[in-house]
Amino acid sequence: MFESKINLEIKVCMGTGGIAAGGTEVLAAFDSALKERDIQAKLQMGCSMHKVGCRGLCAKDVLVDVIINNSKSTYQYIKPEMVQRIVDEHIVGGNPVADWLVADDYHNFYKKQVKVVLSDCGNIDPENIDSYISAGGYKATEKVFKSMSPEDVITEIKKSGLRGRGGAGFPTGVKWEACRGVQSEQKYIICNFMDRAVIEGNPHAVIEGMVIGAYAIGASKGYVYIRAEYPLAVERLKLAIKAAKERKFLGNNILDSSFSFDIKIKLGAGAFVCGEETALIAFIEGQRGMSRAKPPFPVYQGLWGKPTVINNMETLANIPYIINKGADWYSSYGTEKSKGTKVFALTGKVKNTGLIEVPMGITLREIIYDIGGGIQGDKALKAVQIGGPSGGCITPDMLDINVDYESLAKVGSIVGSGGMIVLDEDDCMVNVAKYFLSFTQAESCGKCVPCRIGTKRLLEMLDRITKGKGKEGDIELLEKLSSDVKAASLCGLGQTAPNPVLSTIKYFREEYEAHLQGKCPAKVCRDLLTYYIIEELCKGCGACLRACPAGAITGEKKKPHHINRQLCIKCGACFDVCKFKAVGRE
Amino acid sequence: MPKVTIDGRTIEVPTGTTVLDAAKMLDIPIPTLCYHPKLTPFGGCRLCIVEIKGIPRPVTSCTTPVSEGMEVTTSTPQIEDLRKTVLELILSDHPNDCMVCERAGDCTLQELAYFYGIRENRFAGERRIYTKRDGNPFIERDLEKCILCGRCVKVCDEVQGVGAIDFGYRGFKSKICTPYEKDLDCEFCGQCVAVCPTGALTGKLWAFKGRQKDIKEIDTVCPYCGTGCNITLHIRRNEVVRVTSREDTWNEGWLCVKGRFGYKFISSSDRLKKPLIKRNGQFEEVSWDKALDYIAEKLNDIKSKYGADAIGGLSSARCTNEENYLFQKLMRAAIGTNNVDHCARL
Amino acid sequence: MTNSIREIEGMEVIFIIGSNTKETHPVIANRMIKAYRKGAKIIVADPRKVPMVRFAELFLNLRPGTDVALINGIAHVILKEDMYDRHFIDEKVEGFEEWKKSVEEFTPEYVEKITGIPKEDIIKAARLYGNSRRAGIFYTMGITQHTCGTDNVNAIANLALLTGNIGREFTGISPLRGQNNVQGASDAGCLPNVYPGYQRVDLPEIKHKFEKAWGVSLSQNAGLKATEMIPAALEGRLKAMYIMGENPVITDPNIHHTVKALKSLEFLVVQDIFMTETAELADVVLPAACFAEKDGTFTNTERKVQRGRKAVNPPGEARDDIFTIMEISKRLGYPMDYNSPEEVLEEFGKLWPALAGIKYNRIEKHGIQWPCPTNDHPGTEYLYKGGFPRGKVHFTPTQYTPPAEIADKDYPFILTTGRNLFQYHAGSMTRRVEPIESHAGEPYVEINPSDSERLDIKDGDMVKVVSRRGNIEIKARVTRMVSEGVVFIPMHYREAAANILTNDSALDRHVKTPEYKVCSVRIEK
Ligand SMILES: Cc1cc2nc3c(=O)[nH]c(=O)nc-3n(C[C@H](O)[C@H](O)[C@H](O)COP(=O)(O)O)c2cc1C
Ligand code: SF4
Ligand code: SF4
Ligand code: SF4
Ligand code: FES
Repeated sequence: MFESKINLEIKVCMGTGGIAAGGTEVLAAFDSALKERDIQAKLQMGCSMHKVGCRGLCAKDVLVDVIINNSKSTYQYIKPEMVQRIVDEHIVGGNPVADWLVADDYHNFYKKQVKVVLSDCGNIDPENIDSYISAGGYKATEKVFKSMSPEDVITEIKKSGLRGRGGAGFPTGVKWEACRGVQSEQKYIICNFMDRAVIEGNPHAVIEGMVIGAYAIGASKGYVYIRAEYPLAVERLKLAIKAAKERKFLGNNILDSSFSFDIKIKLGAGAFVCGEETALIAFIEGQRGMSRAKPPFPVYQGLWGKPTVINNMETLANIPYIINKGADWYSSYGTEKSKGTKVFALTGKVKNTGLIEVPMGITLREIIYDIGGGIQGDKALKAVQIGGPSGGCITPDMLDINVDYESLAKVGSIVGSGGMIVLDEDDCMVNVAKYFLSFTQAESCGKCVPCRIGTKRLLEMLDRITKGKGKEGDIELLEKLSSDVKAASLCGLGQTAPNPVLSTIKYFREEYEAHLQGKCPAKVCRDLLTYYIIEELCKGCGACLRACPAGAITGEKKKPHHINRQLCIKCGACFDVCKFKAVGRE
Repeated sequence: MPKVTIDGRTIEVPTGTTVLDAAKMLDIPIPTLCYHPKLTPFGGCRLCIVEIKGIPRPVTSCTTPVSEGMEVTTSTPQIEDLRKTVLELILSDHPNDCMVCERAGDCTLQELAYFYGIRENRFAGERRIYTKRDGNPFIERDLEKCILCGRCVKVCDEVQGVGAIDFGYRGFKSKICTPYEKDLDCEFCGQCVAVCPTGALTGKLWAFKGRQKDIKEIDTVCPYCGTGCNITLHIRRNEVVRVTSREDTWNEGWLCVKGRFGYKFISSSDRLKKPLIKRNGQFEEVSWDKALDYIAEKLNDIKSKYGADAIGGLSSARCTNEENYLFQKLMRAAIGTNNVDHCARL
Repeated sequence: MTNSIREIEGMEVIFIIGSNTKETHPVIANRMIKAYRKGAKIIVADPRKVPMVRFAELFLNLRPGTDVALINGIAHVILKEDMYDRHFIDEKVEGFEEWKKSVEEFTPEYVEKITGIPKEDIIKAARLYGNSRRAGIFYTMGITQHTCGTDNVNAIANLALLTGNIGREFTGISPLRGQNNVQGASDAGCLPNVYPGYQRVDLPEIKHKFEKAWGVSLSQNAGLKATEMIPAALEGRLKAMYIMGENPVITDPNIHHTVKALKSLEFLVVQDIFMTETAELADVVLPAACFAEKDGTFTNTERKVQRGRKAVNPPGEARDDIFTIMEISKRLGYPMDYNSPEEVLEEFGKLWPALAGIKYNRIEKHGIQWPCPTNDHPGTEYLYKGGFPRGKVHFTPTQYTPPAEIADKDYPFILTTGRNLFQYHAGSMTRRVEPIESHAGEPYVEINPSDSERLDIKDGDMVKVVSRRGNIEIKARVTRMVSEGVVFIPMHYREAAANILTNDSALDRHVKTPEYKVCSVRIEK
């Protein structure tokens, strides 16, 4: 039944999401099922089976590609016990298991995306350098060492228009050029951690980016800062560094040139502020991750006082692709001032959540409705919060905005770290602001007063407001303190932490005012809710009475029940258990 | 040597000079809390912010080096407003303890609060409450009064090379701690106490011994090792109640545990207070005249019996030059022997 | 110190030998740390892993009493690798060839054998020190309190001369004085062989000068050194002693011996602020004023004359020493008339030109470093700027002599003594300071973990330390501060006085400094 020339490839998604969903077991199940059928022996070289990095749609893990003679079928939600059937019916029988194949939403998810940084993620085996090389990896390094001077590299990167993906969006080529221009016997390049996906899926691209960057600025040492909470990423990076050294893409005399460059891994302890460049420098120096005043800027006086370029992981992963395909190719994507693509973590109330890479300038509408598949439960979109914990909100009337640095900044949001959270009618904006602020407050390095105490006071005010204890003038005070904290804080954390507050007040002021009046329109703030029983709907089943932990509900069987507001602790248990929607809340 | 213009006045300063230092040279006041002239700049309190032409946001003058042609404005309504907010924020997390605080009257924070007229606090809220007190015998650490200016951390590391304390925790809970929050166990030089701008760090020895306004300060020299650090004795009612050292001394205000905390022997109750003569193995208090006459009589006696060289004198490396000079003069000129030495070798 | 503390900041290399600077001169250590932060390289040579080692580029953990060998070894390498300052030597030093021969035998291999320091480190130290022309050497009692103390000091001087690291800013030889006015007491002539200002008693014209100034005829006999007075008392040659502000019972080696000697005196006067162990033995005890109760000047280790001021009144009838001395002198028929300490200094300055320009009104705020010959002279930050006083100086060949007592079968440990950070000297001051006493009030003997394990001693156990002279019971502190075979006891604690154990018969050949730093002991559980 097999043709002798059949070419079979199986790719199992083994990013952290994939592994958590059982990727390792699925891979093992394929292995034994195929062995049992003696397929490997028969297919000889024709069959390969491997793990690949994350492909973005983690919600659907474990994702498996079965590629037979270049025709690919993708399965979703695969568990080990399902493997046998795929082998039997699809690989042996030739008929894909239709029930388990990914549906339209999977394809739509990819359609509007443009993958550069993530282009090889999900295709290559991140633990195998040959897999990367055969996909064109390290060509850029070869090209640079063979035919480009450091200045050429800088020119090319400047021409590509690549801007830092770590938040500030500073032109990468300009940063490199500044560092190149500083005289020093020692320089450093630091790769700032962002998201585990790139490192897990394609660690070599990051290494390549660093090698090229180091060559451009004249650094002999590099550090990759990576959070210790992501052991898989760490492991894969270690393997990749080792392999790159063995092949002379890294280490002494790279590709037999006179240039040497080594990379060390610095494991982070999870402090958010360590992502801030000066705090990161302090941390790598062995001190507490605490921001330092700029100037002096790191490109002049960075790590141990030496000129240092700090780039985001995603920024660096773009480099080899730009060198390979050219600045013009890269800058063909994006808008006038924001070139190329950007990775976003799309989360919240959209149907398809996951990691996406889109060309700069794509509209928010396309992201949410085409890629994201629209709002879950087809509820009303309320806002999109972009840029991570210190980003800003965008309202539905602005959905046609271009997602790029300038346009987002204009409406009080940022590209930032690439977080994109979709909020619907059930989200309370005051609560959202409080949520983000409680994160940034807890992560403040504690050095400067406005951030350490100011954000705490903002948080307290928000907390008061959500608890119905807000006062006349609180909104104005929030605005005043927010702007003072922004103006007076030392580093980016404090300077941006109040953004969610300002942005939600700007677009949802009436929601704040409603809270001051004792109402939470989204019905989220518990203290502002009152629970009551709608007598007309109540069947007197007693479910709520049994569920209430506070004994606040009374009533006879088959007769309308009653909630004692004095006793009610607003836990919402009755609301959840009532089958007849007889419990109301306001 | 870059030139900088501050509030309309121009000055040329050495490369690397900060805006704050340049302003000082011009005698232009800028409020500071975390800045300390002997430590590397910290930039945490944000009080020293100024406006620099061409930079969109206020910058801290203590951390910003002057560059050629810089134009600085040290006080604008916005800047003063931000400073006030910052101070109010600090005070919103500070005990209202000035009435019983050791540092009242000698506290930078108090002074600034007065200067900015801060009373009502728009930002009143939760305060950090720490019950734990440190069990060490030298330094009181009242962390509720700590404004996290970082001076103590810096002095301990940069000057003393000990690093006994560092910032711990994050966010509002940030705090100066020892490793594992154990009791302080360090060299107890008290440098941190000396640089703390508030009442957070004080000497346990000087608790309730009198606040600065009641105290007379006398400059002298440390009685211990040969370094000869300059110290200032703080006197209240004929008692040394505290020792400090001025920043403009050659020792830059730094002392060690002995110099800073080792003064209590002065007022020790077992100080000798009267001349004593031993009779039948027992000391008896006598008048000075009696003791001196007795000494003279005995020495004359021995000298005439055995010669001057039967008498020896040992003077002290802890006495003054003048006393030592007179002592050897006494031995040589009055008694007539060169048998005089001191303990230089011991 | 030939140079001043301020200059430490500008040094490239700081060579600390036999000085636990961080504990005994903490504020000088601060300067060294400041230099370190600016990039200075620090070399520490010490039998104990003293705290300064934290900042050291190189730690030379030598066996107690082998300093000469180490220093000569370093000189050997500097010569061999041609790092020395030929020009400086030609111009300013004599005896080079002869001395050069004397260090020939001190090859790194040989020195390694004596000191226990790996020869690579000796070479490294030589390169650090020898290649720098901004290098300073610092030492304290770890160098002088040996039978070979004078040799140690000479060997250090040779090293500085060899490299020309003297007579310029940021260089020099810096003995760090242990007490706040050791320098001043010596300057003032409280030494048996010299008058104030180091003017020799045995030179007739000098004697004449002082006789004229003081209006009496003076003795031409050389006097006894402190360490010679004790045996002289025992032998009955010395009949009376006047001790001002000293506690030799605790600070001199071999306490039993000292007590016996003082008891055998016919008459003993002690003038002090406390009833010290020595005062207990006195016939008359006079109550003195302490530093805070009198005016005067103190001279610190960098020759800086600084003003001490009266801040409080002395307790009871205690009086300052000037009063007491003048009263005794008057009664001995030699009245001295001074209205203030200022007048005393003035007289001193007239007899010693180095002090002539130092007046109270000039040192109100900041002290002045002698020599300061005139009223408008700014003082001298570092010595020998214009060359050495007598033209050329000499290289003094030094030989390695092992300590008088070495570890043997019966006394297998080397005991070294010294100070700790918290206490001071005999403790009469610091031990009366409650927080210091509660923090560091207990005597202890430091012992290396491998020794303690072998002897089955745990940290905190009471042990008995026995020497040929006596024994004490003391708590063991197990620590890697000391090397195997070495134990350390701080000198401050009378209840377990280290000087019950130390060797009083081993004095430096030249200046009679006792060998506190080395004697052999045994530890019993
Ligand atoms: C509070 C804070 C957290 C940050 N966290 C990160 C981070 O996790 N990863 C990152 O690449 N950049 C982070 N940044 C931005 C960095 O400071 C820096 O701008 C960036 O790494 C520079 O790289 P790029 O030019 O390639 O963007 C953070 C900034 C702030 C203020
Ligand atoms: S803004 Fe916040 S995170 Fe940044 S230095 Fe200030 S306290 Fe630290
Ligand atoms: S204890 Fe004092 S010196 Fe230390 S951080 Fe707090 S306020 Fe500053
Ligand atoms: S303060 Fe310490 S270092 Fe300074 S003179 Fe006194 S004892 Fe010596
Ligand atoms: S003094 Fe400049 S920030 Fe505190």
